[in-house]
Amino acid sequence: MATLLSIRGLTKAYPGVVANDDVSFDIGKGEIHALLGENGAGKSTLVKMIFGLVKPDAGEMALDGAAYAPAKPSDARRSGVAMVFQHFSLFEALDVAENVALGMENPPRPRDLARQIREVSETYGLPLDPTRTVGTLSAGERQRVEIIRCLLQNPRLLIMDEPTSVLTPQEVDILFQTLNKLRAEGTSILYISHKLEEIRALCDEATILRLGKNVGTCTPREVTARQMAELMVGSSFNAPEARAGEKGEVLLRTDKLSLPAPGAFGTPLREVSLEVRAGEVLGIAGVAGNGQDELLMALSGERLAPAGTIFFKGQDVSRLGPIGRRDAGLLSGPEERLGHAAAPNMSLTENAVLTGARREGLVQGGFIDWGKSKAFAEKVIERFDVRTPGPGTAARALSGGNLQKFVVGREILQSPDVFVVNQPTWGVDAAAAAAIRQALLDLAAKGAAIIVISQDLDELMEISDRFAALNEGRLSPARAVAELDIEKIGLMMGGAHDMEVAHVDG
Amino acid sequence: MIRLEKRPQPSRLWTIVTPLLAVVLTMVVGGIMFALLGKPPLEAIRTIFWDPLFHPQFASYSRPQLLVKAGPLILIAIGLSIGFKAGIWNIGAEGQYIMGAVTGAAVGLAFYPSESVLLFPLMVIAGALGGWAWAMIPAVLKTKLGTNEILVSLMLVYVAENILASASASWLRSPEGMGFPGSRNFKQWPAVHNDELIANTGMHWGVVCAFIAVIAAYVLMARHIQGFNIRLTGEAPRAARFSGVTPARIVFLCLGISGALAGMAGLFEVTGPAGQITIDFNSGYGFTAIIVAFLGRLNPVGILLAGLLMALTYIGGELAQLMLGLPGASIQLFQGMLLFFLLATDVFTNYRIRFAKGELA
Repeated sequence: MATLLSIRGLTKAYPGVVANDDVSFDIGKGEIHALLGENGAGKSTLVKMIFGLVKPDAGEMALDGAAYAPAKPSDARRSGVAMVFQHFSLFEALDVAENVALGMENPPRPRDLARQIREVSETYGLPLDPTRTVGTLSAGERQRVEIIRCLLQNPRLLIMDEPTSVLTPQEVDILFQTLNKLRAEGTSILYISHKLEEIRALCDEATILRLGKNVGTCTPREVTARQMAELMVGSSFNAPEARAGEKGEVLLRTDKLSLPAPGAFGTPLREVSLEVRAGEVLGIAGVAGNGQDELLMALSGERLAPAGTIFFKGQDVSRLGPIGRRDAGLLSGPEERLGHAAAPNMSLTENAVLTGARREGLVQGGFIDWGKSKAFAEKVIERFDVRTPGPGTAARALSGGNLQKFVVGREILQSPDVFVVNQPTWGVDAAAAAAIRQALLDLAAKGAAIIVISQDLDELMEISDRFAALNEGRLSPARAVAELDIEKIGLMMGGAHDMEVAHVDG
Repeated sequence: MIRLEKRPQPSRLWTIVTPLLAVVLTMVVGGIMFALLGKPPLEAIRTIFWDPLFHPQFASYSRPQLLVKAGPLILIAIGLSIGFKAGIWNIGAEGQYIMGAVTGAAVGLAFYPSESVLLFPLMVIAGALGGWAWAMIPAVLKTKLGTNEILVSLMLVYVAENILASASASWLRSPEGMGFPGSRNFKQWPAVHNDELIANTGMHWGVVCAFIAVIAAYVLMARHIQGFNIRLTGEAPRAARFSGVTPARIVFLCLGISGALAGMAGLFEVTGPAGQITIDFNSGYGFTAIIVAFLGRLNPVGILLAGLLMALTYIGGELAQLMLGLPGASIQLFQGMLLFFLLATDVFTNYRIRFAKGELA
């Protein structure tokens, strides 16, 4: 197979850390090449160098035999390199075509563009209406906007950063068909993912990064997921243990909890009823934007619910704010780490006070005991293996995975009776994710009730006792995980959504 | 090509260096401006920064003025800085300062000519309440109707100025003033005269309160949970709500503190250095305090130093007008430059400059 992009000795150092150290590999024409690695392994930096967002300190790249050194993303695009980012950069109030035009160097006239969008979306099996407002689209559809924006520029190399993290299994299938079609036409794809099974199903070659170095290239179909994971982590890690045991009394129950949408593009909660017992993990699946955030805010007390809808140990806590619920023993962990679970510019010690103030006795007579707060932050750092110079570090200086370990650890160490957490392992490397899941299971084993809201179905299947899905703010009845397989779950998430539309007036 | 690169965390060194750098840049550019005006630049700078404290002839008069001017600036700026930390932008301290002065003076004059020792404390409380009440208007409008506190508080300054005008011209006018606008002179009423506590230092009760406010604000922001909640609200409003902070309560708290402190500053001014309610006793301290708050990095100790520096430019500016014939507007420009350079150099606290070698975009 001919080589499209050849990377030789790329090195990039930041103060105190070498993000990429002498990385070399080749991407063939018409090849789907996986880039694997833990958080902080240097995948993002590498991709940013290929896309011209970061300039390498040393090393060179060649695209189709010619020297390639993009100084900025528009150079990369001109050379035929396009990228779909993990976080979309779309304007919710504009329609699809307008959003596409905003990302192009020389956008064609709106009418022509709409036609081109339709053509590309039909050719590659990505159904999308150019006149729809982006705010009304699901995460999967938004991703299509980004993909189509790239495809309109006829790229030779398409970079995709964790594309399936927001998709239902059915949407993943559609995406894979598109990618396979692109491969058949000779387009190369650099595919970044944590999901090993996905890489085995899709990719031709895989390059694995660890601590900034290329630690091996393999053909994913010929090795097991476990072998790849061990290359990535550098040692074997423990999968969470299954556990058995009797479930206790109902600790948290909601009764037809309805709340209007918080903003123009938020999701209302519609008659959400659930219950979770001591020692039990309830998994809540759903595609992003179907009410996960809203459910968490209603349970944490950030938004008060109508009286008589939320019961904690039989007491009505609907009208209690976050402090009252925390005092009672109902703790939560939001999805958005920076800005919601933690204040970016504040130190880890200060962020420990953020939720631990009362349960950990960090505040006495209104005054903060900074010594005790620092000790609590240090305890979280040590117990959850948070890699940071110390508790005085600003939250924003931590990598996503490390901060996630800190914010989840902060709640778990406060020994909640009920813990509600949204996306506990989002963007966290495999070893750390396993550690967080194990900590959740240990907490349940001690008699706490846990609600895990997640878009990672493998995760939910692994740790939940019962399982429900959110769509359009409605929660499906919970079922025992033993009765389900991933296909049925996919239908609960996506299929139920279609039925909803069909009888919305009925 | 020069690029800005975000620092992983704010630089402590630059937090301290930027105000000093801003002062130096102001001196340099201010010197150029004075040179263009045909005045000797070095002498002008020396007159502004050095002579008020050390001139053999004038210093004995101007040195006490330092505390007289710095007192209200610090007192108001401390209150403002607490709100600014929470992202609540009270721009109308001038109005709260006026209303505090008018309310406090009115309460005092109602008891004229009482000699009770309780009267002055009562007036201080009334002044604080007057400023507090004036600040509650933007607070209520913001929390109930979602109006912007910047606009409301600023507009209320002009309302307050009109109330001040009517007070000095009619309902607080001195019956012994022969028809001239202006209230009774508090300097001639020993029970309520906010006189120098130590002769020739400029130290009056307002300065004492300013120092207490510096310490209290430091303790509040560094150690107390309410101070933590205020900072958290400014840094990350969603995280603050998650933590259990009620945003409306923070709005009331911050506007209340800054209004009360500004009101107190107004009362101390009107019973002390100004001496009486006149249509223009206020001299813009409420606006200058905004510069002081930022120049002091919203840090209580920084504000203390910034207040003294700002007072120095006031006094030095007057001296420069007197001795060198510099236009008054050029002194205001000079003060404006200080804020301009501070905000400009502030970038380096969160960013560092990268010089990319040899390539042009």
